[in-house]
Amino acid sequence: MRSNAVGWLLLAPTIVILAIFGIMPFVYVLYVAFHQWNPFGANPLMIYNNGDNFRRLVFDQEFLTSIAFTLKFAFFAVASEIVLGYLLAQLFMKEFPGKGFFRTIHTLPLIVAPIVVGSVWRLMTTPSIGIIPYLLKSWFGIDMNIGRDANVAFALTVIMDIWHWTPLVTLTLLAALVSLPKEPFEQAQIDGANRWQIFWHITLPMIRPAILATVFIRLMDALRTVDEVWMLTGGGPGAATRYVGLHIWKLVFPKTDYGYGSAVSVIVLYLTLVMCWLLYVGLVARRDQKRTA
Amino acid sequence: MPNERPWLTVLLWVVLSIATLFPIYWLFVISVKPAVELFSTPSLFLDTIYWKNYVKVIGDDTLRRYMMNSIIISSGNAVLVTVLAFMACYALSRYDLAGKENIFFWTITNRMAPAAVFLLPFFLLFTQVFAIGDWKLYDTRIGMILLYCTFNLPFAIWTLRPTIDGIPKELDEAATVDGATTWQVITEVIFPLARPGLAVTLILTWVFAWNEFLLAATLTSFNARTITTGLSEYVTTTGTEWGTMASISIITLIPALIIFSVVQRHIVAGLTFGAVKE
Repeated sequence: MRSNAVGWLLLAPTIVILAIFGIMPFVYVLYVAFHQWNPFGANPLMIYNNGDNFRRLVFDQEFLTSIAFTLKFAFFAVASEIVLGYLLAQLFMKEFPGKGFFRTIHTLPLIVAPIVVGSVWRLMTTPSIGIIPYLLKSWFGIDMNIGRDANVAFALTVIMDIWHWTPLVTLTLLAALVSLPKEPFEQAQIDGANRWQIFWHITLPMIRPAILATVFIRLMDALRTVDEVWMLTGGGPGAATRYVGLHIWKLVFPKTDYGYGSAVSVIVLYLTLVMCWLLYVGLVARRDQKRTA
Repeated sequence: MPNERPWLTVLLWVVLSIATLFPIYWLFVISVKPAVELFSTPSLFLDTIYWKNYVKVIGDDTLRRYMMNSIIISSGNAVLVTVLAFMACYALSRYDLAGKENIFFWTITNRMAPAAVFLLPFFLLFTQVFAIGDWKLYDTRIGMILLYCTFNLPFAIWTLRPTIDGIPKELDEAATVDGATTWQVITEVIFPLARPGLAVTLILTWVFAWNEFLLAATLTSFNARTITTGLSEYVTTTGTEWGTMASISIITLIPALIIFSVVQRHIVAGLTFGAVKE
């Protein structure tokens, strides 16, 4: 047996880097979360306030609605991206002319910076100067106003997210699909299994860890989206697209309320963690149960 | 996989590509219009092309420096992260380490933090903790390369783990029996088989580093400032210089495209396992 020391050695750089840049800042934020602190306000001192920030948070209507909106946004965006990304990855598994070319085009949205994506979508959708409302009006007679209609603004943030991030899902699932052994598929075809059976009984169980990893990454990124939505809607109309990342942003930057902002961040981090942990344990546990059954 | 109707697939991709390209096409349209025309009635096609934005951007030394910084930081970070994640995933997959699943889950928690409040501790870390005499980690390329590990390393570990786990352990054991060292197993057995996963990890970590905005805006000022942050200098409270911003964005697509097309070639099936296994 090889010694575990080598294993720890291979893992060590990762642990050290994440401890320095992950744990240290977190401890600091946790400390600030228990203080009243507005470094640019009338009283710049840090005052311990015995968990008042957390008490305030429970009754903060703006925070609670932003959590609800964020969950709704993350659900619609991530679910669509996973389904679409999987189908597109399957399409890339086929042989067809110009495959490399189309794959490059498909991944282009990834290399546009989020602030730019937000800006372009804003210019495309702003009433009276944007191309999309203009075409909708002249071709179909539909009025679209992102500045007034909350549902339109919400839908656009979701569509923008799908446009921007589906290629990531396609790529990670494609990497998983090309790495699969071919034999089970050939065997299943010989046995006369149909497409749906092959997907449900062979492909899905085999790429499940990759799907899970992708869902996690997309989910936590969607939960902390700031730049794109900020540029597209600024959180409006009203508070319809004021997702929790934007909410924290507004607390920290215009208001410089660091104490409360830190408390909100700690709670958001905690909620994300619990959600992912439940998902992780739930899915992994279910898989193990199946295996023993 | 065989394809009975390749032209149907191509047709489908043409339609999808139009949808994908439209916002990028629109970015280009914005980049070749004078500012006043942006706020008139839109039209789908261009009648005149206004190149001044590009002339201005290409002649700008500062932007060229930002671009160089971005290339160095993203490439440095992507390579570092992919190598570290590869090592870490091999360790997590092949060794029986105490609490390894908890460590695995802990890595991903580093990506969950909402960035806004974490800017302050990072700033303190970069200006006070990692400061020796006159030297500070603040505004250095190496600082950004290391910092981007916080969100890229968890990502890389989570995307690579299924790939490494999927490579049968029998292969390592067979190689070890034949007298291969751990180093040889990793580089000669695992590496070729993990190539599609590694390529995707490299591309995506590169993308995340390239696009990162908040941290770079806070932790760099000039020497290590990235092009994405440089872009935001054109989005100001007094109004946005849409044309300049759009033309820089279009130019930044070029290095990214080159890297993409080079690395994407590796997203193909390596050896089939069955062939090696028996």
